[in-house]
Amino acid sequence: MPTPRFTFHQPQNLEQALDLVGMYRTNGKILAGGTDLVPKLRAGLMDVHHVVSLNRVPGLNRITFHEDDGLVIGAGARLADVALNPEVMKHYPGLAHACSVMATTQIRNMGTVAGNIVNSAPSADTAAPLLAYKAAVILVERGGRRHVPLTEFFSGPGLNVMEPMEIMEAIRVPSPPRRSGSAYLRLSARSKVDIAAVGVAGFLALDMDGVIIEARLALAAVAPTPLRCPEAEAMLAGQKPDPQLLTRAAAACVRACRPIDDVRATAAYRRKMVQVLAGRVIEQCYQTAERGDA
Amino acid sequence: MAKQLIELIVNGDRYEVAVEPGASLAEVLREELYLTGTKVGCNQGDCGACTVLVDGRSVSSCLTLAVEAHQREVTTIEGLAPSGETLHPLQEAFIEKGAVQCGFCSAGMILAAKALLDRNPAPSPEEIRHGLSGNLCRCTGYVKIVEAIQAASLKLAAGKEAR
Repeated sequence: MPTPRFTFHQPQNLEQALDLVGMYRTNGKILAGGTDLVPKLRAGLMDVHHVVSLNRVPGLNRITFHEDDGLVIGAGARLADVALNPEVMKHYPGLAHACSVMATTQIRNMGTVAGNIVNSAPSADTAAPLLAYKAAVILVERGGRRHVPLTEFFSGPGLNVMEPMEIMEAIRVPSPPRRSGSAYLRLSARSKVDIAAVGVAGFLALDMDGVIIEARLALAAVAPTPLRCPEAEAMLAGQKPDPQLLTRAAAACVRACRPIDDVRATAAYRRKMVQVLAGRVIEQCYQTAERGDA
Repeated sequence: MAKQLIELIVNGDRYEVAVEPGASLAEVLREELYLTGTKVGCNQGDCGACTVLVDGRSVSSCLTLAVEAHQREVTTIEGLAPSGETLHPLQEAFIEKGAVQCGFCSAGMILAAKALLDRNPAPSPEEIRHGLSGNLCRCTGYVKIVEAIQAASLKLAAGKEAR
């Protein structure tokens, strides 16, 4: 394999990184974990003259949680660190699960959650739980910073609303209320390594009587982008789940998806699995939420 | 696009190497430092044959740019038995249990296993399988590999108690 040719930059702080990204916005790429970018670079698939690494920028790999502010996942935080973070495991089990089952140990030690989002694959495993947790991303450029809700971030397979001179600095996830529960379930032909064929994430918040106050459901790998299911969410709000409601809400999730046939699964199988997994996710969220104050 | 001078700390030894920015750590280990114990299978991060430890964590060296490993501590299979005479308990266990068939995956398997045992000294067979999920063996000798890692974990635990 011929060695790809580019100039490699290792900025020591965010300002330097932003300068470089601004300067090389037409033919540069940002490198964090590198697990998606490096194979593409090495296969000569990209016309890239400059690579700007974020790995020497201090503070980017932080993972912090406060009851009031919620969770902040820095752009450099590795999947493995997010998966094993005690606060993430406690308050965001769907995200912890996604980060612990995707890819392989080696890839999870290298790859970042931010990279998984920026890469914007329809099957991005962290996207569905982050959508269900109502996450937003923080994008910075020289002289500006904006928060973009994840629901407005993806624009197509591998596409998103980031400008070429922007860097994703962090992902913010609000703190879950006391009586709430969440989950992520995914299917792939192989249990490890393989990309998800279907992913369903959920979040439910309950009032003291066990009535659902707020429901959020999100799907991955069944549409051009990861997406939420507003119709199903509206059906669940104000209700207590029963088997008929679960079936109807799961069917609404199926209506939200636009799957394709590919090597991992047929569109028809994906629809069936959305029905099954959505039902299970809602049930699992409800049971955890009922158990109390987690 | 000139070569870049980097410093690698491999198995405790310091090396200064001039590398192409696009060169993978696996290439530099094998072709510049002649540490050919690290194998390259798929060269795209799926097979785990190129697994090395960087600052103690298992990574795919084919997906790691060598320039990114500048001043980091890299452990390769050669680093597990520095004298070449006394083998690491994991290596001994692989031999005793017959966990080596063609041997191509062994270096990556053993380093993935070392990263696992460093974090979890007494893993269950299930945890071992999970820990090795990024390492493929085309001879499909997984049963013996799992047994070897269990045996090594017992041996390492006994060694710690004896001390």
